[in-house]
Amino acid sequence: MIRIERRLAQPRWLAVAVPLGSLAVAFGVMTVVLLATGHAPGHTFSRLLDTGFGSKAALNETLISATPLLFTGLCAAVAFRMQLFNIGGEGQLYAGAILGAGAGIVLGNHTGWLSVPAMIAAGAAGGAALALVPAILRAFFSTNEIITSLMLNYVGALVVNYLIFDSESYWRDTSSPTAKVFPQGKNLPDAASWPVAHTTGFYVPFGLLLGIVIAAGIWLLYTRTRFGFEVQVIGDSPRAATYAGMRTRRKILAVMALSGAIAGIGGASQDGDFRHTLDPRGLTAAGYGYAGIVIAALARYNPFAVCLIAFLLGGLQNAGFALQGADFPSGLVGVMQGVILFCVLGGEVLMRYRIRFRRTARTSEATA
Amino acid sequence: MAAAVELRDITKRFPGVVANDGVHFEAAEGEVHALLGENGAGKSTLSNILTGLYRPDGGEILLWGQPVSFASPRDALEAGIGMVHQHFRLVPPFTVAENVILGDHRGEGKKFMVHPRRIERRVAELGERYRIAVDPRARIWQLSIGEQQRVEILKALYREARILILDEPTAVLTPQEAESLFETLRVMAEEGRTIIFISHKLHEVKAVSDRVTVLRDGKTIDTVATADATPRSLASLMVGRDVSLAARVERGNEVGEPVLEIRSLWAQGDRGGDALRGIDLTLRAGEILAIAGVAGNGQRELAETITGMRTPTRGEIVLCGRRLRGGDAREAIRAGVAHVPEDRLHTGVAPSLPISSNVVLKSYRAGSVTRGPLLRLRLIRKYAAELIHRYDVRGGGPEVPARQLSGGNLQKVVLAREFEGSPRVLVVASPTRGLDVAAIETVHRYLREAAEGYVGVLLISEDLDEILALADRVAVIYEGAIVGERDARSATVDELGLLMAGASE
Repeated sequence: MIRIERRLAQPRWLAVAVPLGSLAVAFGVMTVVLLATGHAPGHTFSRLLDTGFGSKAALNETLISATPLLFTGLCAAVAFRMQLFNIGGEGQLYAGAILGAGAGIVLGNHTGWLSVPAMIAAGAAGGAALALVPAILRAFFSTNEIITSLMLNYVGALVVNYLIFDSESYWRDTSSPTAKVFPQGKNLPDAASWPVAHTTGFYVPFGLLLGIVIAAGIWLLYTRTRFGFEVQVIGDSPRAATYAGMRTRRKILAVMALSGAIAGIGGASQDGDFRHTLDPRGLTAAGYGYAGIVIAALARYNPFAVCLIAFLLGGLQNAGFALQGADFPSGLVGVMQGVILFCVLGGEVLMRYRIRFRRTARTSEATA
Repeated sequence: MAAAVELRDITKRFPGVVANDGVHFEAAEGEVHALLGENGAGKSTLSNILTGLYRPDGGEILLWGQPVSFASPRDALEAGIGMVHQHFRLVPPFTVAENVILGDHRGEGKKFMVHPRRIERRVAELGERYRIAVDPRARIWQLSIGEQQRVEILKALYREARILILDEPTAVLTPQEAESLFETLRVMAEEGRTIIFISHKLHEVKAVSDRVTVLRDGKTIDTVATADATPRSLASLMVGRDVSLAARVERGNEVGEPVLEIRSLWAQGDRGGDALRGIDLTLRAGEILAIAGVAGNGQRELAETITGMRTPTRGEIVLCGRRLRGGDAREAIRAGVAHVPEDRLHTGVAPSLPISSNVVLKSYRAGSVTRGPLLRLRLIRKYAAELIHRYDVRGGGPEVPARQLSGGNLQKVVLAREFEGSPRVLVVASPTRGLDVAAIETVHRYLREAAEGYVGVLLISEDLDEILALADRVAVIYEGAIVGERDARSATVDELGLLMAGASE
């Protein structure tokens, strides 16, 4: 007989043992899957590690994969801290990508480096604007923000596709010969390319640095300021916040806007750092926003932990791309990533509950 | 014959505390046995062990002489132990009958299809026999608190509990309702059931029980026959020293100008409907005005409306001659209204945040603790440490999360914060509920000091002893209206009890 009981205390060693144990279980399950599909587990694992973190080239790729995850992870973490479940990071990222690309195209090469801050601001504004829709509904009509923000993801995806595939919008390239064959976005001007920090063989995207600065800023905001104090109180006990005379509605609007703005900057970073065009296919296929929710949960909403986990998950994603091939179907890659995430998240349960095995229902054992 | 329940040498440790330290307890069949002790003495832990919620770290549980071990509350239920919790475990949209079979794994409750008629008939029968009749088809949310408690008892009876544990059952009842509950308990005991009655109210223990076991600091102090004990002797067993029993202390201060005037105030409850129906009150500086009433008659709404947490639908709140807009807690705080809420853990503090954050919960905007948008955290910690010292808060320093404090110490944190705001009016709701004798004395002293310091104190309480010991005047609230007012020096429990039950003047 198996029973699950709530833990009264969480011993410290669990915080180390549970994640490690979860990983061990994940690798165990993967071994079975790999053996069953006729792949050598040892070889596959070492390639997974190599292609994710094993070389400079691999690490550079990992940094690229980690950048959008960092933004969406922070987006989710910022809102979750106040018990606001913004599931709309995905759509807010699209909104940021649309306005960010728009700003880059409008400014062309006329304003030089000012394009970069302009894109950041435009991206932030786009994400914030989209996030304000569920925020207003929540603050004034007590609508569940999980549902409204989730639904807006589909709206965002449809809009970004519409702009390139179904309309002759400002973002669509209608002049070049290839664009006549297949619809694509305008290429951003050179001034809209975000700089890359280059040291000792590592290429660090500007967006990644920006994300880390934002993470530090959020930490400061949430631990050191009056604003953060109110967020903490509202997140912990909304009744205590009302009691203390805090303006809960305003705070909901502000935090959701901040959360959306961060995802929006992530979208602008996709334009400026990597894609250099508004790329609906690439953006909507990646699922950055949803990955961000997982990251925020794993990081327990700590902005610095979000940085670390975004990096690890970026590596895993990147290794997945590298593993795929003729002998290794992409479905299997997905299975492996899924198994790891499932085990790590599932292991969290053991932090709060313990599992007891017993033989029969009513024997005495405690007194022996 | 073996005792119905016997606990031998029960020990239960929690991180940092030993909640039960070798406790012995034994109750016979057909007995009403009171478990008496201050908060934190280990009563709740012991009942949680007996109902299978906790597993003891050491010791034995014997039922009718047989050793048992419960891995979950279900095991305890099956062994015939029922519990009536202080906070009811009922599903409000369900009917009485549905609640009764909820979680029952025998007979009707086990079936895929429920036959409500049969259950309803049985519930009605039980209700009649024990004089706790409730309409089995009524939905829980339609019932008064007293009736909901009856449902909890019916639940235990329906499951054929041989041993019934009641945790502070009279906190939500009028004196008359409590008396009728005692009748029911006696009938049940006469049938051979064992009643374990947890309380810290001495006169109740005296009124209802056959024997009393006193716990203190997690240990069994003594088991005595109730007939041989006096409230005074029980109190000293419970506290470990001689105590003065809620004696009235007259204050010397004079009563001044009105500081709070409430004129025909109406407000809605959480479910809609009028929770306050035209309240008129005047509170003067230096006065303690008590609002007595059975829980759920608008007390919480009254406190919330005065303190700005709830928007009035009609009427006026005038504070020191200035009319408040209402519905704005920040406005009320600025005008000098302090509030010690009923639900200290989730309203009075943010439970996961440290004490240091909670002492500035209302003053974090003030220039003294901020520098621009930044909080001066070190200064706040120092301030918290000072308050902890001054108000004698035990159980941790400024960094300790509020939820880790015991009820009494948590209340001291709330009081410290509210007093430090130099209020004109202090609204306190059930300030001593769940506190131990020592903490109650402290809280009462603080309230008296506040009145002596010329603050108007509005004391909302369900505890008539407390009201009669502290207040100058008592107003009784019933269904959202004030149904009578008395001078607290001459009022009696009986006449107040009648007013609380809705008897009009």
